[in-house]
Amino acid sequence: MRDVLCMLTLSCVLCAAVVLTGCETLGSFAEGLDMQKVDSLIKVGKAGVQAAKKITPEQEYYIGRSVGATILSNNKPFDREAATRYMNVLGQTLAKASDKPETFGGYHFLILDSVDINAFAAPGGLIFITRGMLRCCKSESAVAAVLAHEIGHVQHAHGLGSIKKGRITQAVMTLAAETAKNYGSEELAQLTEAFEGSINDIINTVVSSGYARKFETQADQAAVTIMKRVGYDPHGLIDMLGQMKQQLKPGGHDFAKTHPDPLDRIKDVKKMIGDTPRAPEPGPRQKRFSRALDGV
Amino acid sequence: MIRKLTMVLAVACVLGTAVVAAWGPRTKTMSVQNQRAAVRAKPSSLGKVVASLTHGDAVEVLETKGAWLRISKGDAVTGWMHKTALVRGRIRLAAGAEDAQLAASSDEVAMAGKGFNEQVEAEFKAKHQDIDFAWVDRMEKITVSDADILRFMEQGGLSLGEGGAQ
Repeated sequence: MRDVLCMLTLSCVLCAAVVLTGCETLGSFAEGLDMQKVDSLIKVGKAGVQAAKKITPEQEYYIGRSVGATILSNNKPFDREAATRYMNVLGQTLAKASDKPETFGGYHFLILDSVDINAFAAPGGLIFITRGMLRCCKSESAVAAVLAHEIGHVQHAHGLGSIKKGRITQAVMTLAAETAKNYGSEELAQLTEAFEGSINDIINTVVSSGYARKFETQADQAAVTIMKRVGYDPHGLIDMLGQMKQQLKPGGHDFAKTHPDPLDRIKDVKKMIGDTPRAPEPGPRQKRFSRALDGV
Repeated sequence: MIRKLTMVLAVACVLGTAVVAAWGPRTKTMSVQNQRAAVRAKPSSLGKVVASLTHGDAVEVLETKGAWLRISKGDAVTGWMHKTALVRGRIRLAAGAEDAQLAASSDEVAMAGKGFNEQVEAEFKAKHQDIDFAWVDRMEKITVSDADILRFMEQGGLSLGEGGAQ
């Protein structure tokens, strides 16, 4: 027994020596690099199959494309180049200031030809805003608020969060970790079923039932942060919500159905903004907003 | 006695190696997890682009500053990348890719092109022919350059400041 204890003690001492040597080897790397920061910055699975359990940005991209295409199968795009260009320059400017400025396929924005007051974000950064919603925006800051709110949903991966538990099974994740170049028909059928289910879950949440109130608050918080970072007056969000309150029809099937009452959101946003003073919209900004979205 | 010492050494080596392996190179190497990612001269979303990397490219992390990582790729590329462009470890490229073997080491974290991929999307499209991807494809082709954004900000009295994305 004493021999065993002695062996264990010696092993521990030597083990510590090996570890210390290892740490010394890593010393040059650790210099100037806070390891904990890296750990907290990027969350990854431990290894192998465990890592594959996480939906990668590439898979998020494919989910987002199909969610976007499904939204577009029920909504016609508003095809006016100047307006689309304006939304994309504005949107990508805001995305640069978000906590998730880079996604697999990047952020892209499109106006939907609908009088409903609505906006949707598909996972990965495809963002849609209706003409009805744009009519609630009386300034560039207000449009920025809507886009920044949707970027907030992408940043927090709220869409992916609405995929039902158990939808992405262990079997599916194992397939995602396999090395075969192409899937066989059975494997493909299994993956496609999980994929379709995931798209349905997201569409049901984004288009039909809406996110939980706390997710909307998170997206509003992200919007306020992004707007401040770029230099937009966050009161633009309050102004837009005020207009929305006036224009929403009670019992409607758009934002009225999927989002908390704008007045409740205004209360929350006021707390987020605090005593930030109101800033007037600069002339050139208002001019380009009117020009790009005239008649929308 | 010699046998005991050998056993002690063996146990120590195994434990030590395991701990070093767990703490070691996995934190140092990271890979580009998006289709494309810019390496910038300074830690800012609008810093000058010094190189452009693609999905699966492995980089070495030298330093962190907020949400930004200073990286190097070989001797030719050094600069800053945003954390959302990178994932820790190596990404094994799709089977058949040149460096699949090279990347198949203990620090790999994910397979590229697997799971919900192009093949699954094609199957989804075949089953749902009423769902048209043409506009999604068009959306993805809309590009906005850093120069466009800088001009837009200047005209509108906006600025991203140092860092931009935190």
